[in-house]
Amino acid sequence: MEDRKQAIVTVERGRLAEIALHLRDDEKFDMLSDLTAVDWPKREKRFDVVLNLYSFTKNERLRVKAWAADGEEVPSLVGVWPVANWLEREAFDMFGIVFAGHPGLTRILLPEEWQGYPLRKDYDILQQDTAWVRENLGIESGQ
Amino acid sequence: MGAGEFGNRERAVKRVAAEPETEGETTLSSEATTENKTLLGADELIINMGPQHPSTHGVLRVKLKLDGERVIGSECIIGYLHRGVEKIGENRTYQQFAPYVDRMDYVAAVSNGLGYCEAIEKLLVVEAPPRARVIRTILTELQRIASHLLWLGTHALDIGALTPLFYCMREREEILKIFEKYCGARLTTHAFRIGGLQYEAYDTLEKDVERFCKDFESRVAEYETLLTQNRIWIGRTKGVGILTAEDAIAFGVTGPVLRASGVKWDLRKAAPYAAYDQYKFEIPVGTTGDTYDRYLVRMEEMRQSRLICLQAIENIPAGPILAKVGKVLKPPPGEVYHAIEAPKGELGYYVVSDGTVQPYRVRIRPPSFINLQAFDRMVRGHLVADVVAIIGTIDIVLGEVDR
Repeated sequence: MEDRKQAIVTVERGRLAEIALHLRDDEKFDMLSDLTAVDWPKREKRFDVVLNLYSFTKNERLRVKAWAADGEEVPSLVGVWPVANWLEREAFDMFGIVFAGHPGLTRILLPEEWQGYPLRKDYDILQQDTAWVRENLGIESGQ
Repeated sequence: MGAGEFGNRERAVKRVAAEPETEGETTLSSEATTENKTLLGADELIINMGPQHPSTHGVLRVKLKLDGERVIGSECIIGYLHRGVEKIGENRTYQQFAPYVDRMDYVAAVSNGLGYCEAIEKLLVVEAPPRARVIRTILTELQRIASHLLWLGTHALDIGALTPLFYCMREREEILKIFEKYCGARLTTHAFRIGGLQYEAYDTLEKDVERFCKDFESRVAEYETLLTQNRIWIGRTKGVGILTAEDAIAFGVTGPVLRASGVKWDLRKAAPYAAYDQYKFEIPVGTTGDTYDRYLVRMEEMRQSRLICLQAIENIPAGPILAKVGKVLKPPPGEVYHAIEAPKGELGYYVVSDGTVQPYRVRIRPPSFINLQAFDRMVRGHLVADVVAIIGTIDIVLGEVDR
């Protein structure tokens, strides 16, 4: 698929690790420049996990997408590109996507005890974990 | 040179005494790859550095696992400055979100703004007029110099050289004055608009830039006399925090840190944006990938930025400064990834549009966040005093790490 002259491929979630290895070793996409997710709550499989690959030898970018439903595990790519470690933790932190095989999947930007996943579409912009805020900051609300 | 070679080391040890580890059990995520055996069988010590530590450049907290003076593992704890920028982006219109991106890497606001504006332009399939592109290039290169100057000053200060900070601030001030004259703001400039520029360049912009560039050549030489051959500086930076090219690519490191490891890659050449395809400049690379190399690379980059500015003011095309984009922006549904070479590395914007006035998703690929991940790899085996040197050399801005 192409969008504004950018190459995008959608792959099956289960085969993501295998495809990632193929892309790294055979297609020379040696750098994972970004890994993120997009939430489409109306879709049956609500999350797009988006990998942004770059090849130094070919000077090309490729976007790889895999769909995942809420609660479905996505294979971790830390073994393929070590940079995925923090990026997957961020996606877990913000969307609650679980990456199977990740060495330490914990929240990275939000506090460890925070409830909810802020970048999901059903998480309102004014919403917050009021119990956490009250307990740890000693205030009723940040607003 | 200000503090002696051992100044930082003493301070670090004192902090251990003053701040006993409050958390009883500390698990390091990196433990799996750390050698658990310590030299002479001494006990491991876990100390906490930051978030309120002057040399962590903001609110970075690092847990260090020590064997005596030697670091055998580390864990960065970030998020103290998290403001949910990406969430805010989904709840603002395209134009409304533009000023927010300046608050990420707040010492290089112009570069952030350029990346965002160009990403949205790509999404709208419009192009900024040539005049706007050249002025954008000039301001962005000045911003790169300003960002590198702040890095140099604070990095040298961390290591114990007090003098360069004052020199760097002096030149940075000149750049900020140009920004102030151009758009009224010094730090969070919001200098560009989607589709081009909001303001026409003021009458003496070329002259101001030219004057700055003329002076700046000797100023860089001045910094180099303070540091490049300085024995203490060499002792504190050479061989410290080595990152090989393979590691750098595997960890997704970009910008001067990658180039110091010997990878000749710069987005201004690899995927030219703004008006960079019109100018001649070199990409400096290092050989060993240590702190000293990263220092040399950034020094040379400042010189190259100066050359780009001088070429750009030679010929600023006349014409409109804003493309026809309309007052209400409704990009057609779709998505775009646009990356620029920010002073810290690849700054990417991944924007998804659903055809409304607000972005469906704005993902920011922050260079500092990803470069910081390689910190653990760089710090292992070094002394506590080198930790501040390595934090400084990655050149992180926590506003961008935490967003």
